[in-house]
Amino acid sequence: MADPMKIRANVVGDSTEVKVLMSHEMETGQRKDAAGKTIPAWHIQTVSATWNGKIVLTAQWGPAVSKNPFLSFKFKGGAKGDKVQITWVDNKGDKRTDEAVIG
Amino acid sequence: MDGKRREVLKTGGGLTLLSLIAAAGWLEPGDARAADWNKAAFEAKTVDETVKALGGSAPAQSKDIVFVSTPDIAENGAVVPIGVTSSIPRTESIAILIEKNPSTLAASFDIPAGTDPAITTRVKMGQSSNVYALVKADGKYYVASKEIKVTLGGCGG
Repeated sequence: MADPMKIRANVVGDSTEVKVLMSHEMETGQRKDAAGKTIPAWHIQTVSATWNGKIVLTAQWGPAVSKNPFLSFKFKGGAKGDKVQITWVDNKGDKRTDEAVIG
Repeated sequence: MDGKRREVLKTGGGLTLLSLIAAAGWLEPGDARAADWNKAAFEAKTVDETVKALGGSAPAQSKDIVFVSTPDIAENGAVVPIGVTSSIPRTESIAILIEKNPSTLAASFDIPAGTDPAITTRVKMGQSSNVYALVKADGKYYVASKEIKVTLGGCGG
C-alpha cells in the first residue's frame, strides 16, 4: 500500500480550494535500469475527488505526470468541517483513498 | 440511449456492456481495472492523433484558455508546473498535451458543473516543446499553446 496523500482543503470566498500531494513513483516505462532493461511503466491512471459524496473532479493521467504528483483545483461550495475525499488507481490496480476536512 | 442501456443490462449484464465498450475502442480486453482510462488517447504520438482519440477534431484556437503559473523555461524537465484556466462557459474537460513527449497526452481532467475550470499540476517533459491545453466546452473543442524550454529533460535517461 502506498503512502498517504497530503490533502489540504481551504475555504476561499464561496469556493473550496483543494491541494493534493500524492506519493507515487510515476515510472514512465521509458527508463532503463543499470542492466539495460526497461523499467516497466507504473503510474496513476485515474483520480477522483468527491465532496460530501458528490464528484468534484475526475482525471485520467498518463506517465508524463511528475513523480509524487501535485494537483490543485477549486470547486464552488464547501464549508469548514466538510470532508473531501481523493482516490487514485494506478496501472497495477493498486489504489488509495484519503480524506481531509475542509479548514 | 438510456433505453438501450437498460436492454443491454437486462440481456447480458455488465459483461456485455464492457465488451460493447471494448468493441467501441474504448479499452482493450484485460484493462478492466481502469475501465475509464482512455488507453488510445494516452498512446497517441501526435497532437492531432490525441485530439482525435479524445473525441475532438480541429479544435479552434482560443484566447480564453490561459496558462497560469507555468514557466517559459523549465530548469528541470522532471517537474514542470502547468496550470490551465479556461474562461470558456461550460467547460467540461481540460487536457494537457506535450507535443514532443513519447506520448503526447499527459493528463486529462473532467470538470463537473460547480468546479472551477482551472487546474494545476506538474508534468514531465523530455525536451523543449509546445504544450497544448485542449478544452472541451459545450461539446466543442478549443486549444491554446505555449512553448516551454527545458534545460534538463525529465524522460528517459
